[in-house]
Amino acid sequence: MSDQSPPKDTRELALRIRRHAVEMTSSGGSSHVGAALSMADLVAVLYGRILRVRPEEPKWPGRDRFILSKGHAGAGIYAALAETGFFPIEKLKTHYQNGSDLSGHVSHKGIPGVELSTGSLGHGLSVGAGMAYGAKLDGKSHRVFVVLSDGECDEGSNWEAILFAGHHGLDNLVAIVDYNKIQSLAPVKDTLALEPFGDKWRSFGWAAREVDGHDHEALTATLEDLPPEPGKPACVIAHTVKGKGISFMEDTVLWHYRTAKGSELDAARRELGEGS
Amino acid sequence: MDRLMELAEADPRIILVTGDLGFGVLVDPTPDGSKPRFAERFPRQYLNAGVAEQNMTGLATGLALEGRIAFTYSIANFPTLRCLEQVRNDAAYHGANVKVVAIGGGFSYGALGISHHATEDLAIMRSLPDVTVVSPGDIWETQEATTAIVETPGTCYLRLDKSTAPPTHRDGEVFELGKARVVREGSDLTLIATGGILGEALEAADRLSDRGIQCRVLSLHTLRPFDHESVVTAARETGGLVTIEEHTIHGGLGSAVAEACLDAGVMPGAFSRIGLEAGFSSIVGSQQYLRSVYGMDAESIVERCQALLGAIT
Repeated sequence: MSDQSPPKDTRELALRIRRHAVEMTSSGGSSHVGAALSMADLVAVLYGRILRVRPEEPKWPGRDRFILSKGHAGAGIYAALAETGFFPIEKLKTHYQNGSDLSGHVSHKGIPGVELSTGSLGHGLSVGAGMAYGAKLDGKSHRVFVVLSDGECDEGSNWEAILFAGHHGLDNLVAIVDYNKIQSLAPVKDTLALEPFGDKWRSFGWAAREVDGHDHEALTATLEDLPPEPGKPACVIAHTVKGKGISFMEDTVLWHYRTAKGSELDAARRELGEGS
Repeated sequence: MDRLMELAEADPRIILVTGDLGFGVLVDPTPDGSKPRFAERFPRQYLNAGVAEQNMTGLATGLALEGRIAFTYSIANFPTLRCLEQVRNDAAYHGANVKVVAIGGGFSYGALGISHHATEDLAIMRSLPDVTVVSPGDIWETQEATTAIVETPGTCYLRLDKSTAPPTHRDGEVFELGKARVVREGSDLTLIATGGILGEALEAADRLSDRGIQCRVLSLHTLRPFDHESVVTAARETGGLVTIEEHTIHGGLGSAVAEACLDAGVMPGAFSRIGLEAGFSSIVGSQQYLRSVYGMDAESIVERCQALLGAIT
């Protein structure tokens, strides 16, 4: 597809996103590495295969819009944008540093490729729905992708947007939930259980599908098949593992906030195939 | 609203997103469809977001980021406080062309109770970076402000209340956002008002004139950007400043005027803030009734001004 970045090996891209996320959160002393790791595969598939974007022309009018509503995983998106050519990879070293515009939570100012600044949960889907509604009014063919976290679905504002998008049949809108099952303080099921999660979306008029969020072929097949039902917005519930890719970070509440330092950083690098 | 319809007709970028309010204003109230309003006249430029103000503001931001001039519309505190973070993070931080319109500033819906008393909105909205805050005092100012915010890039807040001052504009006068209007000349005191309560200020000025006290009256319709110059000039040229707002005295017009004077190193000869001092109003009543109860009606202004002048002579 001529409008797309050169095809990438999405597994290699995911690995690089993970490496950057670990390094960026470690050097900055920031949190949320687990949340960046859980979505690394789906972000790699999006930027490597799915999104129609032009890194050399970030504001190209025909681009697909991408919003990271779970803005706390900003390191993962900055890494994906740098690796796909939106800005120099070198810039990632400034993440979370004094004077940097690469904030812990996603900010658009000065960052090519970021459509929307986020960080307070429950904002992205409404803005994405507005973009999708506008595209429909104008007869435009670009799509709007919004990635949410599972804990974020506690926010009532999301359900306002879900109700709206279902009512208006915004089949150019795609919500992807990084369902890693762990939120800030405890597992999702012990905090505010979301199940039956897919049925909730379906009952609001969405076409909801569930997929292994680390299976690149399954993600690609799901995200290439859009819209799954014409006249309905699409929800992709991506089952993921928090901290995916680094054994001691996987599926633990601890690594929502913890930062890898010292021997932990060395171990994380080894698991990602890097020498310490 | 007639002005907004004219603007919408001329500029298809304008879209109005309501939080399910505006019966008779946005939507034809007649059973036979004989009074088409914005919704019927501009169906492609009208969107009812339902009773969901957070989503309404997010939608408006998304529409604005894609090139539209998106108005949000609701009453009292619903399009502001209810979704303040969406106004701040989504609209204002992105410089999005979102125009927040609240109908029912102050005690416009006085009888409905404190949920519908918009008495802190100006203080809160004027603290937001990159948000233009307008509170017009009469119909002409409202019409001109509506045009002006369409022409002003970025996020704006238009606070309307049910009251309006009598016409104050002169032939050929040009409305300018951020520029207060001298609507009456005088040098003993300056009454500075924002919003429809300008009418009380003008009435008070008439009564004071009968008693030999000549007041300048400023309509300070734009709280942000703030017209420091007109305020400081009034502090220098007249005997003192009295601010009048249908709003808490904390953080709104009165506070902004005090800040402007001290920032400029100018001490007014006298100074008093008229507004809501009582906190929440658990009693209800008409806008006029509540103004009188809380000392904001013309007679209360007269008494405050006389006392102020008496104290310094």
